[in-house]
Amino acid sequence: MISAQAYGGNGKVKEYHYTGPVEHKFSPYAFNGGTVLAVAGEDFALVASDTRLSEGYSIHSRDSPKCYKLTDTTVIGCSGFHGDCLTLTKIIEARLKMYKHSNNKSMTSGAIAAMLSTILYGRRFFPYYVYNIIGGLDEEGDSETYKQDTYKAGGSASAMLQPLLDNQIGFKNMENVEQLPLSQEKAVQLVKDVFISAAERDVYTGDALKICIITKEGVREEIVPLRKD
Amino acid sequence: SRASRKRECRIMATVSVCQYHRGGFSFENCKRNALLEADINKLGFSSPAARKTGTTICGVVYKDGVVLGADTRATEGMVVADKNCSKIHYISPNVYCCGAGTAADTEMTTQIISSNLELHSLSTGRLPRVATANRMLKQMLFRYQGYIGAALVLGGVDCTGPHLYSIYPHGSTDKLPYVTMGSGSLAAMAVFEDRYRPNMEEEEAKRLVRDAIAAGIFNDLGSGSNIDLCVITKGKVDYLRPHDVANKKGVRTGNYRYKHGTTGVLAKTVTPLNLEVVEENVQTMDTS
Repeated sequence: MISAQAYGGNGKVKEYHYTGPVEHKFSPYAFNGGTVLAVAGEDFALVASDTRLSEGYSIHSRDSPKCYKLTDTTVIGCSGFHGDCLTLTKIIEARLKMYKHSNNKSMTSGAIAAMLSTILYGRRFFPYYVYNIIGGLDEEGDSETYKQDTYKAGGSASAMLQPLLDNQIGFKNMENVEQLPLSQEKAVQLVKDVFISAAERDVYTGDALKICIITKEGVREEIVPLRKD
Repeated sequence: SRASRKRECRIMATVSVCQYHRGGFSFENCKRNALLEADINKLGFSSPAARKTGTTICGVVYKDGVVLGADTRATEGMVVADKNCSKIHYISPNVYCCGAGTAADTEMTTQIISSNLELHSLSTGRLPRVATANRMLKQMLFRYQGYIGAALVLGGVDCTGPHLYSIYPHGSTDKLPYVTMGSGSLAAMAVFEDRYRPNMEEEEAKRLVRDAIAAGIFNDLGSGSNIDLCVITKGKVDYLRPHDVANKKGVRTGNYRYKHGTTGVLAKTVTPLNLEVVEENVQTMDTS
């Protein structure tokens, strides 16, 4: 029986005999799933992630959150390859300490983002397989600059969440709608609802949702259960 | 008639080649597909994949008959395509079949064998036997050399008693007291190997199958949603769909309905249709 596998890329029939040593590739990466989401409003920022760690068709852990607190005003969400997430956050925390010791102050959110960019580019030719989103407050945040509500989704269900956020926070693709600024309560409610929906359709998202809410009082955590199947 | 067909062939020979259809898969387009796939890959796209069910299905023989179980999630890659699909298929009034693997293959294969078995049953004048359905399924799957990706758990009760078979895509079958198939089969089999005993009572058997499918639903990412059960005994079939709603849809607190006018209208044309309403039938859509 002739099958598609018998033909090579150029359409000629492949010769069926052992040609010599066969190369088996080792992949240094694995995909451990997980979705992260960050929303910034006028006087608050949220970073949310699900807590499921998976590989292939299995679940490694139902309680592995992907939000990492860096300072009192900054939280980072990392999903992708768990090994690289852990190493990257370790490196960031070390660099934060070094900065604090030499400059006698904590790094601002913007500074952390800029530093992360250089850390990631340093591995341009053997990348960290991590989707990062940083959420935080700036001390002297000029309210004019941060007038626009910003939001970003990353990770396995990002393609499902991002369009919904574009619609509900950015008011895209809608007309005749009152464009109210995003309050903290509405943002938390929206984040919970979008993760409930993502858990319905994405197999890698589920188990529980952890939301880190950053205000000038500090970082508060909220945990909400999600579908476990 | 044959003579006229031969004449037609000779006339058509000037235009095209007259070829008998041999049945089975036609591999004419393989060469073309290989070339197309290489071209597509060069541009960076990938060809669409067949939808698989990524499933947990199982069956167990107990004192009075068989219990079949299945989850209800169908996946397309790692996205859930159907949250409540039915994986336990009807073969005959006393024989049912669970299907894992390519969704279209399990659906069509079980329908074809069900139809043939009904004709066979009318011809013999007897209730069909499970072994007959097994033979028909394995002979078809072997004929297609594994290209039909259907992994089945076939169970039923006939005049010779309760029987349970597992059938693999290449056409091999196993006759066993308890079987599991699909991506969640290892999780389900772990439960069976722990708690299976011969000659269980009905409630115990239903609990065992329910727990085996639940193990697949919660520990395998390819399986999920609800648990369907099918209890087959001599003279009675209990098709319990759903037997257990193991996962309820999360309740959203916000309201996401849009008011009229949210989608901008560019142009509007109204054409009245002068029709007479004979019958009105309303079927609600599942908007949950």
